[in-house]
Order: sequence, then structure tokens, then C-alpha cells
Amino acid sequence: MKQNSISERLINGLIKENPTFVLMLGMCPTLAVTTSAVNGLGMGLTTMVVLALSNMFISLLRKVIPDKVRIPAFIVVIASFVTVVELLLKAFIPFLYAALGLYIPLIVVNCIILGRAEAYASKNDVVSSLFDGIGMGLGFTCALTIIGAVRELLGAGQVFGVNVMPASYVPCSIFVLAPGAFFVLAVLTAIQNKVKLEGEKKGKDMSKIQSGCNSDCMNCKESGCSRRMFDESATKAKEELEVIEITEENDLPDVNTEKEEKNND
Amino acid sequence: MSDLMKVSSNPHVRSRVTTSNIMLAVVIALLPAAGFGIYNFGLDALILILITVAACVLTELIYEKAMRKKVTIGDFSAVVTGLLLALNLPSTAPWWIGVIGGVFAILVVKMLFGGLGQNFMNPALGARCFLLISYTSIMCNFECDAYTGATPLASLKAGESVNLLNMVIGRIGGTIGETSMIAIVIGACLLILLGIIDLRIPGSYIVAFVLFLILFGGHGFDPAFITAHLAGGGLMLGAFFMATDYVTRPVTKKGQYLYGVILGLLTGIFRIFGPSAEGVSYAIILGNLMVPLIEKITMPKAFGKGGERA
Repeated sequence: MKQNSISERLINGLIKENPTFVLMLGMCPTLAVTTSAVNGLGMGLTTMVVLALSNMFISLLRKVIPDKVRIPAFIVVIASFVTVVELLLKAFIPFLYAALGLYIPLIVVNCIILGRAEAYASKNDVVSSLFDGIGMGLGFTCALTIIGAVRELLGAGQVFGVNVMPASYVPCSIFVLAPGAFFVLAVLTAIQNKVKLEGEKKGKDMSKIQSGCNSDCMNCKESGCSRRMFDESATKAKEELEVIEITEENDLPDVNTEKEEKNND
Repeated sequence: MSDLMKVSSNPHVRSRVTTSNIMLAVVIALLPAAGFGIYNFGLDALILILITVAACVLTELIYEKAMRKKVTIGDFSAVVTGLLLALNLPSTAPWWIGVIGGVFAILVVKMLFGGLGQNFMNPALGARCFLLISYTSIMCNFECDAYTGATPLASLKAGESVNLLNMVIGRIGGTIGETSMIAIVIGACLLILLGIIDLRIPGSYIVAFVLFLILFGGHGFDPAFITAHLAGGGLMLGAFFMATDYVTRPVTKKGQYLYGVILGLLTGIFRIFGPSAEGVSYAIILGNLMVPLIEKITMPKAFGKGGERA
């Protein structure tokens, strides 16, 4: 599949780099609001809207934002969208607003959003950034809905508020409390890893469902990888140093764009 | 015989104490408490004990078969876990409570962390707390044919008077194995005589708890109040059989005293200031979590290292 194409970005966010099960980002809302499938779905969709819009705008502004103050600039963009979404939820879906409560303003500091802004949107074009945001948001939504559904099923005998368990089932209420979130998340992640490892053992091509990462960032062309930023920032710092030493006039954005072109080859 | 032939240069003494011997001794030591529970609460208690033990052993067997690991049910540790868990259940609990508890204790608390010796928390207590949070109404339903109404600790907390003699003998409501102080102490004496447990942890636990009661219990030095607190609830069972669990207690001697004191203080805090009447299981679980820290600060210095004079 072509790098940075729309479908590649969507699948990357949904499966290969699923923010919850693979990247382990955004654990706070994942654990806190998934007491039911509806809450999980609502939280996921809210985050997806913010993620897609902020990714798009940060990508639009990526040439304008100075490198040194990029994090505050990202936060301003993200916080604006969160405020908009919060007011909209309060006006049109009050029950969801009441259920999610404090966790809506906290989307500002959700590390998936900041992570995608830093690792992807600030380096890639607008369309791929938008679909990267949608893909990641869908992955987050799916994960939260699944966790919420399992917790609701075991903890209340319902899924989306519909009774599915036989009447004799006694709800195991620990699953709607905080410890249950950890149990369900851990077991779901373990199942996913098990599927991947089994597939690898049988020699199947698992690159379709996992980021076949060997931690070899130097030879990796995956420019959207969120692990990559550590190595990249190190090389960037080194290059920065060299550039300053050799020619003191050269400014940083040029180095970045050159590098980006190399990556996109 | 071939094992015995592999002898290296130093003289080695082979001890007859093995894991299965120790665990078997613990099972035997728990029998008086279990027997009294069955006498006290009837056949329901026996059935629940058998189901819980079977659930624990089967879970361990199935997990080890499925993961193609060495089957370790022969060391009786699963039996001990099942028995301890069952003694911590009320006799009115339905059979599936025992099954869920047994599966949780062995699968989640013990096996997922690597099996016997690797678990950081007492499996029986972990499962009890899991059940207590999940099925509060079932786990706190101590009513049975023989006794109805609140447990003595609950009435004590409400400021009512209790019958001390019945509490010491164990003819009171409660979980299956915790009611009889006498039966538990008989079992504990057996373990102490066999050298399997010593008094460091139970002793410091009980002393710290009694001191806490005298200071903060609101009754001053009132022997009747203190005896009621010692005989009621799971304190005796917890102090002698669960706090002394080899895997989850500190290994250093100083650490064991400290651990006992921490458990005593936590139990006192939960019982006197907490919303519920009982707090032994949560105290021991929190104590288990502190064990690595306790071991870190009580690590003895190696010979020749440190000291006042260099």
C-alpha cells in the first residue's frame, strides 16, 4: 500500500498503530470513561473530531509555527477545538456531556492528539494529516467502544443499555469500577499480541496488521511512526549543531523540508 | 537416586522440607478451622470448601496444560489457596462464587505473574477482595440457619454489647473459617511447632493492633473490647495463615517485624476509622504491596561493608 495514502492512513490508525492497544496512548480517558459502551463510543467520537480538525490545522500551519514554540502552538490549536466540541456537546448531547464530565476538557492534554500533531501533522501534507487524524480517532473509538462493551457486559449484563445476559446473571460490579478497566484493557491487549505472535510464528505476513518495527529508525521510511521522533529529534539536534557550526546563516525549516523530502521518497 | 549422586565439593545437607510438605502441613493446620466452620454452618460450608478447592486445583492444571508448562498441582499450594479462600467466604455464598474466586485467585493473581513464588499478592486474599468488591451483598450475607443478624464486629462498631465466650469459641456469624479463635490458634500452634511459621509477623501484627486499639479505640484499656476485636472477624486467620504466606511476606527479620506492625496499624485504621467493620483483608493486601519497599530498607549489610568505622 502506498505510504501516506488515505486508505493506508486509516488502516494504520485503526489497526497497525492503534493508539490504545499498540501505542498505549491516551490511557487516562481509556480507563476512566469506558464504564459503558455508549460512553466509550461518545468519548472516542469526540476525540476523533478534535483529532482530525487539529491535525488538519496543524498541518496547514506547519510552515508558520516556529520549531521552538511548536508545543504551545499545538496546544492552542487543540484547545480551541476542544472548547468548540465541549460547547456543542453541552448544547446538543447533554447526557453524554454529563457522563463524560471532566474528561472532555482533558482531551486538550490527550497524548494521542499531541502525539499525532508532533509526529505526523507537523511534517506531512494536509490531506494525509486529516486522514491520519480520522484513522487514529477511529482506532481510539473502536478500542474504547470494545472496552466499554466488555465492561458493561460483565459489570451490568448489558451492551449499549440492552440486557443481553440471562436474567439469572449476577453482575460482577468490579468491571464497571476502576480495577475492571485495567483487567479488560490488559486482556484485550494480550489477545491482540497473541494473534500477532501466532501469525508471525506461522510465517504469515503480519505487516498488514502490525507496524513491523525492528526499532531500526535509521533505515525506516515510516515517517508517521510515533516512536520515530526520539531518534529524529536526536539527529535533528546533531544536524542543527553541525549547521550552526559550518554556516551560521542556514535556518532550520530548510533542513526539515529537505529531510522530509528524503523521507517521502 | 541419580539426583543424590550429583555432589559438588562442599558438604551439602539435604533438607526434607519441600514445598509440598510445607503446604500439606498448612492444609492440616487449617483443618480445625475448616472443621469448626462445617460444624458451625452445616453442609453448605463443606460443599463450598470442596468446590473452591477443586476450582483452584483445576484452574492451575488447565492453565499449565494449555500453556505447556510443568504441572505443579502436586505441591498443594493451589489446595492451600482454595482452602484459605473458602474459609474467607460466607457459607451462604452460592457455588459459583467459589468457582469465580478460585479461578481469579489462581489465574489472575498467581499464574499470570509466573506461578508460585512470583505472585506479589496473596492469591486467596486477592480473590476475596475481588469478590467483596464485585458481589458485596452476597459476600456480606452472613445469615444462615444457626445465626442471623450482624456479625459481632459490626454490632461492636454500632456500640452494642457482644457475647465474648461465643466469640472465642466461634459460635457466631461470619465467614466459614474465621469465627473460631480456638480452632485457628490450634492450627497455628501446629505450624509453629513444626517450625513452618514463627511468631514474628503474627506477634508484631497483634501487638501493634492491640496498641492501636488502646490508643484510638475509644475504650482505653478495656480487656473485653480488645478480646472482642481479636476474636471477631478475620484477624486471627489473617495474622497466622495469610500474613505469614512465604511468597508475599518480607524475607528479612527486621522487615517481618515492620510488616507486622504495618498490618496491625492498617487493620486498626480500617476497623476503627473506616466505614466497614472489618479490614484485615485490605490491610494484608496493602501490606503485600509494600513488601518490596520494606525489603529494600531492611536489607542487611554484607559483612565488611559499611558500619560506623570504615
